[in-house]
Amino acid sequence: MNWTWFHKLASPPHFYRIAGRLAPWFGWPAFLLIVVGLYGGLVLAPADYQQGDGFRILYVHAPSAWMSMFIYSTLAIAAGIGLVWRIKLAHAVAAASAPVGAWFAFLALATGSLWGKPMWGTWWVWDARLTSELILLFLYMGLIALRASIDERERADRACAVLALVGVVNLPIIHYSVYWWNTLHQGSTITKIGKPSITSDMLWPLLVMMVGFTLYFAAILMTRLRAEVIRRERDASWLREGLAR
Amino acid sequence: MPRTSALQAMTLTYRRDLVLAFRHWEQVAQPVVFFAMVTTLVPLALSPELNELRQVAGGMLWIAALLAALLGLEFLYRADHTDGTLEQMLLSGQPLGLLAAAKTAAHWTACGLPLVLVSPLLAVTLGVPTEALCTLMLSLALGTGILSALGAVGAALTLGLRRGSVLLSLLVLPLAMPALIFGARAVDMAIQGEVARGPLLLLGAMCVLSLTLAPFAVAAALRISLE
Amino acid sequence: MDAEAGQVVHVAGPNGSGKTTLLRVFSGLLPAEQGGIRWRGLPITSDLEAYATTFCYLGHSDALKADFTARENLAYGVGLRRPVTAAGIDEVLSRAGLSGCHELHARVLSAGQKRRLAMARVMLAAAPLWILDEPFTNLDHVGVLLLSDVIAEHLDGGGAVIVAAHQPPAIPRHTASCVELS
Repeated sequence: MNWTWFHKLASPPHFYRIAGRLAPWFGWPAFLLIVVGLYGGLVLAPADYQQGDGFRILYVHAPSAWMSMFIYSTLAIAAGIGLVWRIKLAHAVAAASAPVGAWFAFLALATGSLWGKPMWGTWWVWDARLTSELILLFLYMGLIALRASIDERERADRACAVLALVGVVNLPIIHYSVYWWNTLHQGSTITKIGKPSITSDMLWPLLVMMVGFTLYFAAILMTRLRAEVIRRERDASWLREGLAR
Repeated sequence: MPRTSALQAMTLTYRRDLVLAFRHWEQVAQPVVFFAMVTTLVPLALSPELNELRQVAGGMLWIAALLAALLGLEFLYRADHTDGTLEQMLLSGQPLGLLAAAKTAAHWTACGLPLVLVSPLLAVTLGVPTEALCTLMLSLALGTGILSALGAVGAALTLGLRRGSVLLSLLVLPLAMPALIFGARAVDMAIQGEVARGPLLLLGAMCVLSLTLAPFAVAAALRISLE
Repeated sequence: MDAEAGQVVHVAGPNGSGKTTLLRVFSGLLPAEQGGIRWRGLPITSDLEAYATTFCYLGHSDALKADFTARENLAYGVGLRRPVTAAGIDEVLSRAGLSGCHELHARVLSAGQKRRLAMARVMLAAAPLWILDEPFTNLDHVGVLLLSDVIAEHLDGGGAVIVAAHQPPAIPRHTASCVELS
């Protein structure tokens, strides 16, 4: 199989150009979809039978939570590829994705907290999903902290790759443990931020938001990757020539 | 030329680490003293009533042991890294993962096992009934084993970094949370007189999993850190 | 660059020119960014652990445990690679000029004695290739002569040596081929 297209893609100057051209192709549709999704969710969808209008925060909460997990898996796969095949671009993807994933995790936690207040009167509840999300945020912070602590870029890339892989293996174990732990202590407070039973006119804005968020991640990833590439190739000639032009 | 087998190399490494640890037995004692002190913080912060302490004893003992074990992780590679002997282990031609596993086992013997042995004394001060002590020790033995295995990965990744010990705790704690959940639950069940078979079996499974998978990650991490 | 049996290669260059880095690449600790290292025709990356059994590396640090005696240091350091006997340890310690130091903890040895002990480890390990990074540091005049003799014996026996040093090493009966780093 001819892999030259792949190697060409992974070459920094080539990728830099492609990423720059792709970003708006992801960005504008993302913006559009998010606007449509928000309108559909906040305005068009009928109020939930049990939770009234408060449930609408689901339209930001659920996609954020999903994105935080999706990004972690992407990050781990990219880091694994970078580790095994020593492809610098893969490491750059992992480096660029980590803060985005962390912000999505934080957003999921914040919206989860905002949801809890009007529904159950407390700013925080040790719900299985929220706790799991919090631990995911800790895993992200660990990755970011490790990368920041190591000065040599190569070592930082590879160390974070190992950490990401260890994290992704542990993630199902953590997830299961937290769910089990949560089922033990039912009853004292309402512990589940339950998804209301979804009808189709509630569902489509949710799906639109998910796709919109994913495209947003792709757009932001392209932009961040360009910045990563510049940072890593600081001394390369192609960069100096390109800037001189 | 005859070569030392991997098993012989592991035994040599295990014995060497134990001898070195006990030549500085005050280093071995530190996590134990820390464990005792944190356990003392619990009644000071909550209440002197044994009935109330018993409710939180399982969780508190586990948290204290976890933190004490984290403290001890520092000693795993630091000395060998500083004096260059870790590098020589890499260059010995023996499988690095096995050598690392032997070091982890020695570390558990010198650091985790004392915590397990001291735990009944501390548990009694928190009102834990005698019948629960066996479960407590077993759960802590498995838990400190898990922490040694996972902590070795963290220690290998943060080798030689400034303020690496704080970073090490940040990296290892999320991974240790499942063990904490099941371990504390096991002790609580035992305190209430039930047999804690489920949590203990799960702890055992996690221990076996981490002991078998961690050496690969540790070997990779050591090579990365020593480049 | 080639290193053959009976040959000593001197890696020369001013401070910071990358001698240590080059030697670390030779020992497989650092991956080569361009090109590669081959041992007996096979690239070392195909089996780093097997390659590691063919050489002994002496870096800047002496790789000694301060809490171990000279004997214990050798017993472990070499024992990892091949079985050692007490007689073998005694013999190499006296060859290295450390006869009285068997039961002394490495902590109390002088810098020169530690370097000799590190050299004793290399001798006892009996690997065909020696990769030595500034082995003459801290050695007194007698120590330098002793080390040169030891290297010469190793070369006579068909071994190869790669040495990084500021000054060209004076190895009796052998001339070093030189690799200059700038």
